[in-house]
Formats: sequence, C-alpha cells, structure tokens
Amino acid sequence: MTERIATTPGVFPLPDWAKDDCSDLKGHQKDDLITGDEGPELTAVYDEAREEIVTVQQDAGLDRIVEGQLRWDDMLAHPLTVHDSVETGGIVRYYDNNNFYRDPVVVDELTFDGDVAAELEATAELAGDVQAVLPGPYSLADLAADEYYDDDEEFLAAVADFLAGEVDAFPDVETLFLLEPSLVENPPEDGEDARASEAIDVVADATDAAVVVQPYFGSLSEKVHAHLLDADVDAVGYDLVSDHDGCLSNVNEYGTKDSVSLGLVDGQNTLVESPETVAERVDWFEENTPVNEFDTVYLTTNTETFYLPYSKFEKKLAALAEAAQLEEVKA
Amino acid sequence: MSSEVSDESRNARNQFRPDDHDNDHFILTTVVGSYPKPKWVDRARDLYNDPEADFDETAWNEAKDDACRLITDEHERAGLDVVVDGEMRRNEMVEFFAHRIDGYEFNGPVKVWGHNCFDKPSVVNEVEYDESWLVDEYEFTKEVAERPVKVPITGPYTLASWSFNEAYEDEASLAYDLADLVNEEIEKLVDAGARYIQIDEPALATTPDDHAIVGECLERIADGVPDDVYLGLHVCYGDYSRIYPEILDFPVDEFDLELANGDYDQLDVFRDPEFTANLALGVTDAHTAEVETVEEIKANIEKGLEIVPPEQLTVSPDCGLKLLPREVAYGKMENMVTAAREIEADLDSGKIEVGSAPVSADD
Repeated sequence: MTERIATTPGVFPLPDWAKDDCSDLKGHQKDDLITGDEGPELTAVYDEAREEIVTVQQDAGLDRIVEGQLRWDDMLAHPLTVHDSVETGGIVRYYDNNNFYRDPVVVDELTFDGDVAAELEATAELAGDVQAVLPGPYSLADLAADEYYDDDEEFLAAVADFLAGEVDAFPDVETLFLLEPSLVENPPEDGEDARASEAIDVVADATDAAVVVQPYFGSLSEKVHAHLLDADVDAVGYDLVSDHDGCLSNVNEYGTKDSVSLGLVDGQNTLVESPETVAERVDWFEENTPVNEFDTVYLTTNTETFYLPYSKFEKKLAALAEAAQLEEVKA
Repeated sequence: MSSEVSDESRNARNQFRPDDHDNDHFILTTVVGSYPKPKWVDRARDLYNDPEADFDETAWNEAKDDACRLITDEHERAGLDVVVDGEMRRNEMVEFFAHRIDGYEFNGPVKVWGHNCFDKPSVVNEVEYDESWLVDEYEFTKEVAERPVKVPITGPYTLASWSFNEAYEDEASLAYDLADLVNEEIEKLVDAGARYIQIDEPALATTPDDHAIVGECLERIADGVPDDVYLGLHVCYGDYSRIYPEILDFPVDEFDLELANGDYDQLDVFRDPEFTANLALGVTDAHTAEVETVEEIKANIEKGLEIVPPEQLTVSPDCGLKLLPREVAYGKMENMVTAAREIEADLDSGKIEVGSAPVSADD
C-alpha cells in the first residue's frame, strides 16, 4: 500500500511579527542580511519564530516537520552566503521572480560549516519526524560564482562535498529534500547532466534518511530527467502546478523511482486549493502513470512558500495535510 | 544622424520647452517620478495609523498636500523642465493602484529581498474601474506647479505580474483588462489637462520575452489618446537587447531607460537599428548615494547624443530616486539640469557637434 506523506520543501515566509522584528533589528540594506553569527537578540526572534512555524505544521497535520529556514535571507543560496570562504557580491535576481539574493562568490576552500545542522538540532528539540531541506548541489553551484576552484566541474564537486559534510553533521532526520530548481531553469548540458546526478549521489550518500530530489519551476528536459533517475535517491519530485503534462510525459517515457514527490499546491499564488482538488491531482497522476503502486507519495507545495503572505501559507499547509488524509481514507 | 521621429511626437515634446529657455537647443530635463519622502511624512503616517494618536484623516491629507507642495517646489528649484510631486501620496507602485481597483484584495506583506517587503495584492475577481486613481493628485500638483507636470502610472503588465492572479486564465488576459482601465484613467487625466504621461513597466525587464504582451497593452492604453499628449514608457534593470528593436513599434513617444547604473554598457544595443523615438536617458545612477559631478553627467548626456539628436533627447535619473537621502536626490537633479544646460550651450556654439560622426575627432 502506498504511503502518503504530507510535507513541504521548506523556505517559509516569516510570521508577520517576525518580519517587523527582523526588519527593526537588522535593517534593509544588503550589509544587514544574515551572516551566521547573529547576536542573542536576533537569535531569540528566530527561535520564537521557529517554534511558531513548527506548531503551524503540527497543527496542520503535516507528516514531516521542516525547520522553515526563516534565517535564509538569500533563499537557496544561504548555505554559501553565510560561509567564511564566501564573499557576497551585489543583489541578483532569484530565478524568474521579483526576488533577490546576495550573489555568493566563493573565494576559498568550501570547508565544513554546520550552520544548517544547528538549525535542525533546534528543530529536533521541538518535533519528531523532522525533515531536512538543502539546495541540491547543482542549484547551489548555479546560484553562486566561483573564484577559487579551477573549473565548473571541480566547483560542482566541491559544492557536493561541502553539502555532504553538512548532511553528515545533521541530527537524525526522516527525510532529506534536495531542492533543484536550476535543473529546470538552467539545465545542465551534455556531460554536465551526468555530473549533476553524481553530485546528488555524493550528498545522498551522507545520510540514511530517505532522499527526495525536488526540481521545480517546470518539468525537466527528457535527458536531464533520465540522468536524474540514475542518482541513488529514493524519490524524484514533479512540479505538477507549473507543468503537469511535461512531468507526466517524463514519467511515462522514462519511468521514475519507486517513490515520487508531487508538487500539488502552488507555492507562488494566494489561491488556496481545496483538499479535494489536491487529492484529485494525486489521483490524476496515479491514474495516468503506468506504475502499479508507488511505495511512497510525498504531497508537497511545488516551490518554497516564502513568496506567499503568511496567512495564505498557513492555509496551504492545512490543505496539503488534509488532502493526504483524504487519500489515506480512500486507500 | 537623421531623425524619423514623427511630427506628432516632435510637437508634443516641444510644448514642454519653457518660453524663457536661454539656449537654441533644448534637452528636456525631468525625473522618473518617486522621490525621498521627508521624514515628517513617515511620522505623520505612523500617527495616522496609530489608533491612540490624535491624528485624523484630515490631518493626514494635509500632511500629504504639504509634502506634494514641498517636493514639486524642490523639483522646480532644481530647474527641471517637467516636474512630478515625487509620488508623495503613493506608498508603493503596485499597492497604490491595487487599492483603487475593484477586484484586488490584500493578504499581508511578502518578501522581495532581505527584509524589504511589500503588500503584494491578489486579483480575486475581474478588475474594474472604480474611483479615479490620479486625477486629484494631478490637479493638485498642476495647481501648485509653475512648470509642466508629468504623471507616472504603473503599467498594466507590471500591475499584473507583480500581483497574485487568482481570477484570470493567464497573466496576459489580466494585463489586457488592466490596460483598458489605464486607458480609462488616462482619458480622465487628459480631460484634467495632463499632457505628459509615463507608463512604468519595470516588470518587462524581468520577463523580456513578454514584450508582445506589453505592446498589446500599450495599444489599448494609447487608444483614443490625442496626439498632443506625450506618452512615455519607463523600463529599468534588465537586458535591453531582448526587447530592442521590438519596442520601437510600441505606440509611445519616448522610452525612458536606465543606463548610468551599468555605465552605458548597453548603449550599443540602441545603435542598430536606428533609435526612431525620443530617448529619455538615465544620466545619474539612482542606486549610488554619491552625487555625480556636472562634468560626469555631461559625459553621460553625450552618450545619449550618440543615439539620438538633441531634439529627441530627454535626460532623467535612471529610476525613481526615493531610496536616496533627500539631499543626494536634490544634488543629482541640480547637477543634471546644469549639465544639460551646459551641453545645450556647447551645441549652440558648435563646441559639440552632432549629426556627423558620432565620435568627434576634434579633441
């Protein structure tokens, strides 16, 4: 029987009170963004906001609890922008969105940091069923600039090793989501596509948890999808909100893993899907793929949810969790 | 250098030449729109939003009126040929309009970057024209201004793409409906006497492949607008090579472009094919807090003369100045006007020559 797991790819919006507090404590310029060595006053704000976010997920009934990455001012680039070997350049556009992050410029060896592990330790004190979230190595390398390593190949390998080191320090988690929007937005070319999957392998090997690779902002090109299936991960994600037909055709042409992660709820639009609509989308996917039965179906938002106003974000989580329950009842 | 700019565009532009203009040549000086708010305006807004403070709507409106008077006057003191009220009544370029259009609702702030947020609205029903957006603002500014007044309006494509769309099939159909509303508003502004209207479409820079949608929006906006109304389009912070030369087909008189920020590295884009509209060239950087010298700005204006002749050239800062300290914003405008007047004098005297080789071999 297929297990349904309601979860999210993290990177949540801050609660409105925390937006105000952080804005007052930190300021609005690029020099005011998170550095990884914030003082006790700011730490207290993030601690309180994390507690709130964990409770929101528990109350909604999600099966996996993420940290929410409220400190990630630079979204998926965060693990690098707080790193000692990285200088931050100008403010640059975050994919095709009206959002911006500090351009991380790697100027020295990417050694172990532990920033994300510390966040997860704090989360594990608040909840069981914790899920870790990281940028996948290809996306993190794509979001950064490199001035230290010899070439793109070496840089991607270094980013993968760095992420594997971070994962190795994580507390016990149930799942690890690796977010790979760049596989869609800036797809790797021939040769690079195989290396992108090998880099994912390096990170996935560092944990015993179930590993889910979640590309989004559309569907993968056939070749990138095929290479991604070579990676030793438990599930591949499909952004059914942005391009359900493209995702379905990839699965039907080339198959997929024994488990899948389905992006069912729009992380970038305030229209709240009903649990029934979300459940129908799961049914549609299962009915239209030749796979008899998936081991696990992860039900998620297609993208991060920091794009949303907080109140809508809360409603979307509730819809996801309820949809998973509807599906369980049917099964 | 030949000019293919239409007679209508040329005449529409000439109405902004001051009667007492000293030089034969005329380079129109203006600003994009927004300007730093005096600190007391922010304090007045806080008081107005504080239920415990004794500061009602009348007091808040009075504060906004005073701010408009002050900044319009500041633009005139700087010597601009066409002034704006600095958008003192507007909080944010999408929010302000969404509050005035039926069909929008607000659900709270969202992040743009770091801790910079805005109340990104959601379109939940078909958009409809309700109250006028800008006529009161324009009439007030016109009354207090001695120079012609420009009216900046956030364009329909930006209003659509910087909102959540819950109601429309796609962003384009929302943008077209909004374009019809902008057209309705412009009709009212024209009736009120407005002759210089600038459509702000910064979102085009983020999704340049949508230039055809913006073009269709502008066709709807320009529909029925008389020839003597000067229409501008402001686009900033993007890769212009992806929208040029297609934008030359847009039904506007002038393109206001940000180029100082990138030190004119995109100037070559506009050399071929020939720029056949009026060019409002960004000649000071809106995102550096240093006031460029008159000499620096003159060099920037000369870059514009490589693209269009002086009678097609407007100069303005790259973008709205609202994020700068106020004295820096003023300094940039003042030096920009001085630079423009000196370039005009140099053109009059023949010290600068245009129309032959773009690069002079005299020096």
